[in-house]
Amino acid sequence: MSAHAQAHAHGKHPTAKTFLMVLIALLVLTAVTVAAAGIHFGSPAVNAVIALLIASVKGSLVALFFMHLRYDKPVNAVIFCSGLLFLALFLIFCYIDVGSREVTVPANLKVPAPAAPAKQ
Amino acid sequence: MSQTAVQEQDSRFLQHHFTEMEQQVDASKIGMWLFLVTEILLFGGLFVGFALMQARHHEAFIAAHHHLDRGLGVLNTVVLLISSWTMVMAVHSSQKGDRRKLILFLALTLVCAGIFLGVKYFEYSHKFHEGLLPGKYYSHKGDAVPGQFMFFSFYFMMTGLHGLHIVAGMIAIAWLLVRAVRGDFSAAYNTPVDITGLYWHLVDLIWIYLFPLLYLIG
Repeated sequence: MSAHAQAHAHGKHPTAKTFLMVLIALLVLTAVTVAAAGIHFGSPAVNAVIALLIASVKGSLVALFFMHLRYDKPVNAVIFCSGLLFLALFLIFCYIDVGSREVTVPANLKVPAPAAPAKQ
Repeated sequence: MSQTAVQEQDSRFLQHHFTEMEQQVDASKIGMWLFLVTEILLFGGLFVGFALMQARHHEAFIAAHHHLDRGLGVLNTVVLLISSWTMVMAVHSSQKGDRRKLILFLALTLVCAGIFLGVKYFEYSHKFHEGLLPGKYYSHKGDAVPGQFMFFSFYFMMTGLHGLHIVAGMIAIAWLLVRAVRGDFSAAYNTPVDITGLYWHLVDLIWIYLFPLLYLIG
């Protein structure tokens, strides 16, 4: 028996049923996120956080089961997570950078009244 | 399948620079994951831009996102999630050496991808008609909140790039379908199905974030 076949025999193998359960979970979470968007949780920021948390749960299900990270050799998960880490760094440093500057307005943003967008 | 038959199947597709099939499979997977990381960072640039601009001009973004049809967004999300499931079932079937199911699930995945693009076409033509276009091409009249073109710049770049990925995925799946019909894949050799599946799930993963950002939060 080859080493490959042995590795497979050891690892827990996902079944068709597992994948169907994951699909149902993903569809339910989609319904939940749409329902949650209809409720006002105080501020739009809270709604955004809830929507992104649900998206992250869905994303994790896809990565762990559909992309087999749960069953695979850990090196693939390490590569994937390093990508997410660099994305987080990208986002954080951009926020710090933009936050330290004066408010810029796109050149072609024609503001009829000075009120609307600059409030932020 | 007997052991010798498996090994014969193996060696047909074993490249000369790998010592054994397992090494080849692992290398292919690592290569695909590295590519997927570059894809995450490619879309990441757009996501970061969206986050920054949304924070600065959130009234314009919220007003603009009401122009999107939430129902169609949900429909496309469901279609893409189902396509991810049919894809994983295709991978699962190929690993079991079930050629008929492999062909069936690949074909279903292609159908779902086609529905997704059809809905997207319908949405785009509606936006074009209303003048809801990116940047200086924005010509929608009667907006209460200025600056909505910014949202549509992101909307078209993000969904457009995502749509191109769907098209690329469809080409790859069509190629898998040809090879599956030809009988290339078996329990011993199915790496192309496996790594195309990874790509397809990433495209789904990106949509999982695009959908709430564009259609729900704005």
